[in-house]
Amino acid sequence: MNMEKKALESLLSIAESIYNQLKNGEIPEIKISTRTKYNIEFNEESEVWVYGDRTSTRTAKTLKGAYMMLRMAYVMGFIKDQLRINKSSTLRELYYISENWGLAKFDDQSDSDRLIEDLEILTAFQREHFHIRPEEDGATVIGPVRIREETRRGVREIHCQEDVGEGGYQIPVNVDKLEFVDHDAKFVIAIETGGMRDRLVENGFDEKFDAIIVHLKGQPARSTRRLLKRLNTELNLPVVVFTDGDPWSYRIYASVAYGSIKSAHLSEYLATPSAMFVGIRPTDIVKYKLPSDKLTEQDIKALNAILTDPRFDTDFWKTEVKLQLDLKKKSEQQALAKYGLDYVTDVYLPERLTELGVLKA
Amino acid sequence: MSSEHKEISIAEFFEKNKHILGYSNPSKALITCVREAVDNSLDACEEAGILPDILVKITKVSENTFRIVVEDNGPGIDREHVPRVFGKLLYGSRFHAIKQSRGQQGIGISSAVLYAQITTGKPAVVTSKVEGGKAYRFEIMIDTKKNEPEILREEDVEWYSPHGTRIELEVRGSYVRERKQSVLEYLKETSVVNPHAKITFISPDGEVFEFDRVSDVPPEPPKEIKPHPHGIEIGTLMAMLKTTKARDLKNFLKSEFVRVGDKISEEILQKAGLSPDLTPSQLTREDAERLVNAFRETDLLPPPIDCLSPIGSQLIMKSLMQEYSPEFVYAVTRKPKVHSGHPFLVEAGIAYGGSLKEDKVSVLRFANKIPLLYQQSGCALTQAIVSVNWKNYGLQQSKSELPVAPMVILVHVASTNVPYVSESKEAVATVPEIIDEAKLALQECGRKLKEYLDRKVSIQKKKKKEEELMRILPLLAEKISEVVEKEMVDPEKVIARIMGKVYVSRAVNGNKAVVEISNFSNSRKRLRIYEMCDGGINGNRTAKWDVEINPGETERIEYEFSGRHVNSRPLVEGIEKELVAGAEVVNYEYGEEST
Repeated sequence: MNMEKKALESLLSIAESIYNQLKNGEIPEIKISTRTKYNIEFNEESEVWVYGDRTSTRTAKTLKGAYMMLRMAYVMGFIKDQLRINKSSTLRELYYISENWGLAKFDDQSDSDRLIEDLEILTAFQREHFHIRPEEDGATVIGPVRIREETRRGVREIHCQEDVGEGGYQIPVNVDKLEFVDHDAKFVIAIETGGMRDRLVENGFDEKFDAIIVHLKGQPARSTRRLLKRLNTELNLPVVVFTDGDPWSYRIYASVAYGSIKSAHLSEYLATPSAMFVGIRPTDIVKYKLPSDKLTEQDIKALNAILTDPRFDTDFWKTEVKLQLDLKKKSEQQALAKYGLDYVTDVYLPERLTELGVLKA
Repeated sequence: MSSEHKEISIAEFFEKNKHILGYSNPSKALITCVREAVDNSLDACEEAGILPDILVKITKVSENTFRIVVEDNGPGIDREHVPRVFGKLLYGSRFHAIKQSRGQQGIGISSAVLYAQITTGKPAVVTSKVEGGKAYRFEIMIDTKKNEPEILREEDVEWYSPHGTRIELEVRGSYVRERKQSVLEYLKETSVVNPHAKITFISPDGEVFEFDRVSDVPPEPPKEIKPHPHGIEIGTLMAMLKTTKARDLKNFLKSEFVRVGDKISEEILQKAGLSPDLTPSQLTREDAERLVNAFRETDLLPPPIDCLSPIGSQLIMKSLMQEYSPEFVYAVTRKPKVHSGHPFLVEAGIAYGGSLKEDKVSVLRFANKIPLLYQQSGCALTQAIVSVNWKNYGLQQSKSELPVAPMVILVHVASTNVPYVSESKEAVATVPEIIDEAKLALQECGRKLKEYLDRKVSIQKKKKKEEELMRILPLLAEKISEVVEKEMVDPEKVIARIMGKVYVSRAVNGNKAVVEISNFSNSRKRLRIYEMCDGGINGNRTAKWDVEINPGETERIEYEFSGRHVNSRPLVEGIEKELVAGAEVVNYEYGEEST
């Protein structure tokens, strides 16, 4: 509760500053970190990408700024009330609640989500501390790890292989409330697509290689990323990320490993800098002669954007992305099925994981 | 065979071919009769420098017969000229003169008389009076075989008017209401391009329409000029050679043409290979042709332009303003140009929005100040309008069509020789020079319209933004005060700062008060502040201070008072209400000296 109290104090200090500016007859303004890839920098200490010094000023002089501040005032009032009566709500609920706010109502949930992120950046607290939850998207874990979870029905201990069905253990919203009891795992493999996750589960990959399989479900939710970070730092398990071979998948990897641009203020909490990229790589398309699709215009644009993204400023990524632009091709994880359903678990992954040093030769 | 060949007079010819002169159907015929009479009146007044005051009255005689009366305050017509002016076709004072005039061929009014005579058998009744003389009345018909006037009756009459002419005609026709092609529309458009004229119209329904003059200055009457060598036809030249008084060719060129002096006439003759000493009347057809070719090869100054009488952009704007009450009006008068040796100039004007509501553009076409009501699509002036890309100026337009906007577009071409498509003066022929000039004039109007529309949009945007900010900021102040649980903060000063206003506030502490005036605008402001206390300020019930304050600065007035303030907010004077926040604006007399 202490955290919540501090978070609220921090939040109210922002309100205080707007109030004082109004009182002094000054046009209220708020400085906030610029949220673009040009304003993230590598933090040597934590090895993740965080916001730099660039800020932009929102001022009530413009309509956009005035609306932002008005909505912020309403959201702050809402959070204040919510914390006082110890309730919580989801991002989506908050968006619907704003329906009653007249002029302060949000036009789109992305606007309210963004405002909550702004408040996180401004206060250096997380939305969980404001009791604002995401919509749980039910990412899952399967593997040799036993966890202890506080549930509404009391404390439960769950073994993520023995006590769960094929679907695996569903990651809760607040991962910080989990406790790792014991484990037999050697590494963690995070997988982008459901089809590939099921393939690995069906082939018994988790048992055969003592792996914890985490389903990312596309761009991973915060709780999923937080879980990966905890498995990595608390259990000292290497984390590998297995995705499709296209620019959107590389961004999924980047958000796991380096932190995302949208929530760079949380990178130190969410990112796993040591996470390794297993594939699919553009070189794999050539090496394994994978079935492929043509790059779309958006793909090409995204690849070019990656070339200027500081998070991808390594020889590995430059070479791979340029190769892909030359190939004009992309491949999915499941393209490996060309060589049979077991190829990925019997050949591709062992080969690659050995290369990466995760499996001993 | 030969027995069937016989000479027909012009009057007879017209009798059989009424459509050529604009009498093709009953409604058009009625308009044409009115038009011929009104054009004559306007021309006569213009030449005499009189501000026209014209009465047009149409009464219904039977189902398809109407009586037309057109009365003017013009100079009147000499008694001996009256029969021929009204009773003979191709009789006129203007046919040979090179200057801008409404009538050109001398057919106009006599054709109306003939039309009346053919359709109703009634004579024209003409009353006229020259200043200082007596009024006389004629009843005239036309002997169509001879094309000569036939006077049925002639008498002296009493007439209240000091001078003027009145014509009465009874014609077969049809009166249409509220149509683009109607007597009313013709008179309305006529008044637009003749802002110095007052026209009163009494319709067959007894309604009275008054078109007042917006200018009290009669237009400068156009001057007559001699022909310009460019554009003269060989036949005309040969006729001139026959009748000239000049004894040799060089003098002929110098005296009969404009823009030809010693040097130029020698140059022309050298190019034509003709001797300057030749006697003009002895030149052959071949000589004349060489002369015309030499004209073409010689660079000449364009004809002088005082033979033209434009309306003027200012008057066009005024007229459009008066007639249509638009929100925006603009007009252009181009410099004169030449087509086939004839000087011409184009004027264009647009009226936009305001009481013009319908999104249908009305086109007003004029030639020598005559409204052109028919053949809109076949007219060079319309072609010029549709050839302009109005999308550039913020209007909607389909290709090769009129733009879509609540707008009136006026185009006027003035020339010593308007190239009409036909004798009935319904449309201007597609002469490239005229179309180009009209297009340039319209484009200039379009640019001004765009500027206006852009400004309007940006002002509206700014106003909308301000209104919205004014709603948001008080809400922000209210909510933020609630969140921090402090007293309600007044956002007025911040609003004043954002909106660039002058903000006045008063803070009271015991028996001392401080009035602060902050100038958030971007110009220096002078104003006067009043404060009133029931117990007095520095000994008086009311105190005032004059303040001058630069942009961005704050002035402070401190004073002691007793009792309570009578005015809840400081009173200010000498500044517009919209520019002040936090104070009441009052107006005594201070505003007059502050500029």
